[in-house]
Amino acid sequence: MAKHTLSVLVENHAGVLSRVAGLFSRRGFNIDSLAVGVTENPDISRITIVVDGDDYTVEQVSKQLNKLIDVIKIKQLDRSESVSRELALIKVNATTTTRSEIIQIVEIFRAKIVDVSKTTLTIEISGGSDKVAALEDMLKQFGIKEIVRTGMIAIERGNRHIKANNDNEE
Amino acid sequence: MRLTGAQAVIKALEIEGVEYIFGYPGAAICPFYDALLDSGIKHILTRNEQGAVHAASGYARVTGKVGVCVATSGPGATNLITGIATAYMDSIPVVAITGQVSSELIGKDVFQEADITGATAPFCKNNYLVKKVQNLPRIMKEAFHIAGTGRPGPVLIDIPVDVQMKDFNFEYPETVDIRGYKPTYKGHALQIRKIAEAIGKAKAPVICAGGGIINANASGELVELAERCRIPVATTFMGIGSMPSRHELNLGMLGSHGVYPANYAVHNADLVIILGARVGDRAMGTARKIAEKAKIVHIDIDPAEIGKNIEATIPVVGDVRLILKDLLDIVAKGNVDKWNEAIQKIKREHPLKSGQESGQNWVKPQYLLTLLSEMTAEDDIITTEVGQNQIWAANYYNVRKPRTFISSGGMGTMGYGLPSSVGAKIGSQGQRVITVGGDGSFQMSMQELGTIKQYKLGIKMIIFNNSRLGMVRELQKKQYRGRYSQVFLDENPDFVKLVQAYGFKGERITVNSEVRGALERMLADDTPYLLECMVDPEEPTL
Repeated sequence: MAKHTLSVLVENHAGVLSRVAGLFSRRGFNIDSLAVGVTENPDISRITIVVDGDDYTVEQVSKQLNKLIDVIKIKQLDRSESVSRELALIKVNATTTTRSEIIQIVEIFRAKIVDVSKTTLTIEISGGSDKVAALEDMLKQFGIKEIVRTGMIAIERGNRHIKANNDNEE
Repeated sequence: MRLTGAQAVIKALEIEGVEYIFGYPGAAICPFYDALLDSGIKHILTRNEQGAVHAASGYARVTGKVGVCVATSGPGATNLITGIATAYMDSIPVVAITGQVSSELIGKDVFQEADITGATAPFCKNNYLVKKVQNLPRIMKEAFHIAGTGRPGPVLIDIPVDVQMKDFNFEYPETVDIRGYKPTYKGHALQIRKIAEAIGKAKAPVICAGGGIINANASGELVELAERCRIPVATTFMGIGSMPSRHELNLGMLGSHGVYPANYAVHNADLVIILGARVGDRAMGTARKIAEKAKIVHIDIDPAEIGKNIEATIPVVGDVRLILKDLLDIVAKGNVDKWNEAIQKIKREHPLKSGQESGQNWVKPQYLLTLLSEMTAEDDIITTEVGQNQIWAANYYNVRKPRTFISSGGMGTMGYGLPSSVGAKIGSQGQRVITVGGDGSFQMSMQELGTIKQYKLGIKMIIFNNSRLGMVRELQKKQYRGRYSQVFLDENPDFVKLVQAYGFKGERITVNSEVRGALERMLADDTPYLLECMVDPEEPTL
């Protein structure tokens, strides 16, 4: 099944996230990831949802989300017409012998080392899911202690943007 | 104007034109009940909060207005849940107001605390936990707007007791503007033209009329369309009353518990026009098969219903009444005479049962309901419980007007009939209210007999007593090889004596020949009356 990215503008109230998440579970929709944060307007939050499903499912998800009063607008983002990123923090085992090799890999991925200890390195990476997965794969050989990942966020390319109070998108 | 939160709620109810509310007090809603004493709003004290929400729902269905119920925090609020879910499934406008523990105690698991906004989110069109008293006027205004417009539904407002007591400067907003809620009413003109063309070309069209027709007050337009274009009509359960049951073009209820002519027409049509219906499994469980044969027109106010259960050839989102009005301006009859002849022949070949066979040993519900239809007026209201009694009433009672058949469709809530008849009686303009139940479902809400007594509501109660949970028994017979499990109610109370304890009249009949006299006695005056009818435990639903 294909993955679809939905960008959802919602009222920035307590309880909205639970309404959205609850809707997914009770309608039997599968969420791959969900990321939420406030927008340029502090009254409005944006939830980026990656849904796993066919066109019927995605249409139903959109329509059912639209029924929530706190949902202001929904747009399905076209993969090629948008930029998407996720962020991961990876804590990997590092010894004096492996440390420089890990740093090399981190540089190739244009990731960052954000913390270091005698036995570990913590790496920050942002990018598309594939890139994050590829780095994870490369670091496995050293022994990954912990991974923390955000959900995917996405924005449309060019001058298009989603506005809350205007029915016509530019 | 300086008001407390509680006074503000009452004031908002008055501004919204609320005359009656249904409820049950408790500690966390006491400021509201105190303020209520200074208001002209009439309060009906039910015997359980579930009775209050069902009554509000019955009231809403009969009047078309928003029904209001009130309960306290914790168990008071949780007792509303079944009724809220019932209203949600059937798209009934209800505003539920609950007390909540004091703001600073929320989340501490104090006495009678329950997260009711969390618990009811799946069954509410929207709900609110009021944190600031200043927000109350806006929230009250929004709640009535959301409950009563678009696809109607329940809205819950949870008000902590301290918010009810705080005073503030009350000002009620005149308008509502909710950016996430803008229902579409006007149908797309091009789509409506396509429908007219499809009707003009159709040789075998049929209309499926749902509860949306009743919510939109579109019965007049439905009948006009059917008559002018000679399109037979099958109703869903929720659509009962959208067209008079005995209208020549009304084929009756469709679906698994419906009648043959309605199902025949839908499965043999070349054009199925679905009006204000969600294509539920009980009505159109074979949606895919129907769509393979026919073009599907689907009109609904809720865009999420379009394409959910059936793929529509011509979908239109909007108010079904406005859309039908637009359609009636341009539509003309197709070449449908042959189809109508065939349908009328099917109808003649598959009449309803008379219920007169073997009526010497038992009361036949079919016979009783047919006879009752002859003895009631067109404005009289029927409410039902859930189970066999509901399907008998749906198929055999002659419903002549919209908003006179009140029953839990989508949720199938047992214990709905009696309390909804309380709301129906209060909302009616002196019409007769008759509630039809079974011995099982009647006992689920029979504490509301106390409400009927207190407010002197002349509700007529008919119980089809087969000492069984009849519909479950039938299911176990057909699908569980007759292994009957927990469906026996042979130790029922004496229902006649039970209502006598409340000071009501009642009588028990056991054979068909007693039916007419008993109904005459029951309908003679406007006092509460219970008629217990002994029904064959083997009596099938269909």
